[in-house]
Formats: sequence, C-alpha cells, structure tokens
Amino acid sequence: MTATTIKSSGAPRPADRSQPSKSSPARRLTALGRAELTLLIRNRTALFVALLMPLVMVVATKSSLDSMDLGKAGMSVVEASMTAAIGMVLVLVVHLNLVSAYVARREELVLKRLRTGEVPDHEILAGTALPAVGLALTQCVLLVAGGVAFMDLGAPKRPDLLIAGIAIGVVLLAALAAVTAAITRTVESAQITTMPMFLVSVAGSGLLVPLELMPEKMASVCELLPLTGVMTLIRAGWLGGTDSADVTRAALTALVWSAVSLLAVRRWFRWEPRR
Amino acid sequence: MTTDQYVITANELRRSYAGGFEAVSGISFSVARGEIFALLGTNGAGKTSTVELLEGLAAPTAGRVRVLGHDPYRERPAVRPRIGVMLQEGGFPSDLTVAETARMWAGCTSGARPVPEALGLVGLAERAGVRVKQLSGGERRRLDLALALLGRPEVLFLDEPTTGLDAEGRRDTWDLVRALRDSGTTVLLTTHYLEEAESLADQLAIMHRGQIVTTGTPATVTASRPARIRFLLPDGVPAGRLPLGLHAGADGQRIEIRTHQLQESLEELLRWARESQIPLEGLDARSASLEEAFLEIAQTETAGA
Repeated sequence: MTATTIKSSGAPRPADRSQPSKSSPARRLTALGRAELTLLIRNRTALFVALLMPLVMVVATKSSLDSMDLGKAGMSVVEASMTAAIGMVLVLVVHLNLVSAYVARREELVLKRLRTGEVPDHEILAGTALPAVGLALTQCVLLVAGGVAFMDLGAPKRPDLLIAGIAIGVVLLAALAAVTAAITRTVESAQITTMPMFLVSVAGSGLLVPLELMPEKMASVCELLPLTGVMTLIRAGWLGGTDSADVTRAALTALVWSAVSLLAVRRWFRWEPRR
Repeated sequence: MTTDQYVITANELRRSYAGGFEAVSGISFSVARGEIFALLGTNGAGKTSTVELLEGLAAPTAGRVRVLGHDPYRERPAVRPRIGVMLQEGGFPSDLTVAETARMWAGCTSGARPVPEALGLVGLAERAGVRVKQLSGGERRRLDLALALLGRPEVLFLDEPTTGLDAEGRRDTWDLVRALRDSGTTVLLTTHYLEEAESLADQLAIMHRGQIVTTGTPATVTASRPARIRFLLPDGVPAGRLPLGLHAGADGQRIEIRTHQLQESLEELLRWARESQIPLEGLDARSASLEEAFLEIAQTETAGA
C-alpha cells in the first residue's frame, strides 16, 4: 500500500455517484446468502448435519414406527415416516444449522460489523438463514417427490396446507434458532442448547410417536408444542383426512408460536459476544 | 451553525450504560465538511462510546447528534448509505477469502466501488484469494478499512484505524486518509497515538473521563503549553547557581525548565553555561508536543477528580 497504488486505482471520489447500483433488499439478501452458502459448503460438520442427518433420522424413525400399531393413527408406516421426515428436515437443517451459524457469526463479530452498514437487522438474520432454508425446502420437495414416485404415497391432498405448514415451519424454526443462539455462548455449546428443541419435537410433536397413539392427556399437552401444529398441517396437507377444526387449531398454534418467537428474537437476540 | 458547513454535530451528548456508568458526560463538538477530526484519549476515555453514538449504533441517553443533517440512530436508512464505518473491533467470517468478504459487503452497499479497486486502495489486491483467518492483524485492519471505503462515503468513521499496524502500515493509512480528505471526505477518527493526531488531524478534541477537556487544531492545543529544557548539572554545581529568570525546577542534579519563550530561555541558559564554563550534560530542548499537553491534562484531571 503506497501512495502510487492509491493514485493508480484512482483517487477516492466521495461525490462520484456515477454507478447507480443502489442497494436493495434483494441484492443484500443475495450477497449475504451467497457468502453464507460458501461458508456452509466449507464447514464439513454443518454440511453433514444438513445433508446426511435427515436421511439417518428417517431410517431411525421408520424402524421405530415399524414396531408400532399405527391403525389408530390412520396412517401407514410409510406415510408416518415420510411426513415425519419433513419435520426432521425442519428441525435439523433449519434449527440446528442456524443456531451454529448465528452463534459463529456473532462470536466472530461479523454481526456487529454488518450492523454498521446499510443492512437492517431483520435482513441480516434472514440473509444468514437463506442457504439453510433453501436446503431444507429442496429436501422437502425431494421427500414429497420421492414419496409419490417410489413409495406409493398419493400426491398431496391439500397442497395449500402442505406448503403453508412447511412455510410456517421454516419461519418458526429460524426464529427459534435465533432465540436459541441468544442463550448459546459458543458454537460448541450449540450441540447442547439445541437438544431440548430437538428432543421435544421428536418425542412430542408426532415425529417418532403419532399423537393419536399417546394417552389423551399427554396428547393434549403435546398439541401445544411448537412444532406440533406445523406437523399437523403437513400431514393434513399431504395425507388429507384431518377435519377443518383440527386444521384451524393447528394453524393457529403454529402462527402463535411463530409470532411469539419473532417477538422473542427482537427482544433477546444478541448481536455481540458477552464479554 | 449550519448543517451544510458542519457534517457532524454533537450537542451535550451523554451515554450511560446499564450499570449506571456514564461513559460520555455531556460533550459538544462539530466537524466541518472535508476535515479530519481526531478524538484523542487514553483507553476508557469514552472515545468508542462517543463514536458509536455518531455511527448510529446506539441512541444517546441525552443530548443530540446530527450526521449529514440526520439523526444517525433514528434515520439510519438516510445516513448509512453516505457514511463508512470501521470499528475498533469488527469481524469477518474466517473461512471466506478477502475477495469474497468484499463482494459480500459490496452487495450490501449502495454505489459500491469495484472490489479490486477497494482492495487496491489498502494494498490488499495481492491477498484477494487468501482466507480471512490467514491474514495478519494488520491486514485484517486494512480489509476493514477497505470495506469502510467501499461505498465512497462522504463521512468516514475510523475507530483506532492504525492500532496493530506496523510503522509502514500506519504511514500508508495516514497517506490514504489524507488523500480521502483532499478529495472531500470528512473523517472522524479516534486514536490514542498522539503522533497520529498531531500529524493527521485538522481539528482535535482530547477526551478524558467522558468529557472533552481541550479542542482546537494541533497547533493551538500545543501552543498554550510550555516548551521544556532538560539537562544534568555536574556534581558540585548546585541548581541555585542557575540564573533566577529561568524558573528552573531541580531534582538533584537533574534540571527541567518550562518556558513559553524557548529561544530566549535557551539563549540565557547557554550564555550562562559558557560564561561559568559548566558543561550541560544530556541537553534537550523541545517545543510543546501534543503528548505533553495530553499527559498534563490527564494528570491534572486525575488529581482533580
């Protein structure tokens, strides 16, 4: 860096606005998402969690469901496992991944630095979430396509409900990831802080055991868990057969959880490391 | 004071933290368009707390800030595209390369320079393909500066821009900051290097314990301070033999004279020494420097607190 290099690259001209490249939300999100995707590809652990874990978990779910009598739930083992797989993708790819991503960026002071620029706070969080969300949506599409093509599952009965369920699920789990990141000090401890959400969802939101097979009191509690409403919408959307009162209640639960989580992010998200 | 003359104005700014600690205790200053303004102070003087208010990262507890005529905190979208910020401690994803980092930042910046141009400004062009985690501390500071310059800012905030740089890197950064100023950029920087403020700043303010204790040009701030002459008297020559007009202070044989007329005092001392045939060992005479002014202010304030 010498005076010559400054001259050769043109003296800085603050008044020169000849380039009309005004920053827009789309451009900013693309830039952040692209950087985050590069980071995801370079992080083997995160990539493994995002690509292989859902597959491993689907096999595990299926073998667990195989041993149950699903007659009461009104689903076949394949139906139950494929819909559970969508939930698993949401929990592992969106929640687990994003907690690590948010914590890593915060601890590296990247979030602090980004906040000095033109990007509004919600775009920083959304841009960081883009690759994980894109990956999760791709896997959901593959699961539905694969289920229909190779596993004799019918095409989704109510695609609108299926799409709504996945969409709300993505927003909800991304927001919950930001909340979880707030109580996570290091990337390593994210393995522990993400456990409650994972266990509660797998055990209580119908991923491993359909709610219909639970004792009634337990089921009514489990209906209120964050992911249960989303799962009900997904199953109603793909398999059909859920009455509209149940669908409405599920949608409401999911939306309330999303709203509360988004408020919690606003209130508690930490942009800088604790010192 | 009009807004088109002053791009930054601070009025009775205060900033308290949750614990009740007041980091900024009612400071006022203005920065004119196209000048380099340095906030000078020891660690903990309140420089960074002040700059964060100007950058719009936090709202002041009391008082008023205007940057380019806007409230930098409440009117972020109006201010941010026109300013560039380099934090004292900012970070970049360690697994991205220098060029990838700059590209990400360019995508988030209105009217961004081409990435190679920005990296060229700070001499990082050859390091474009290197991962951020492999950069030295100084290179990371320069990358930070490159990003602050990406949007061709009208106002540049640099919080300790040369901390961690070697002598050459520091000088290069100074040259770059001067070049930016000469092309019309207003620069507000903080530093605890007195040399930096003295050589770079058009205006400066010395902060101490959350307050501004002195402001002015480096010349006016130092002009009010006495110059000093130091030397050792040979054994057996008591300080009392020195001419009375010199107002010498003695610590054993070690003498210090403080004077506002350096030339006259020196002349008188040297004439006396020749006439009395007394050698003055380690003779050292210097005009007031910012450092002296700064140390004196810090000491006085500490004693007064």
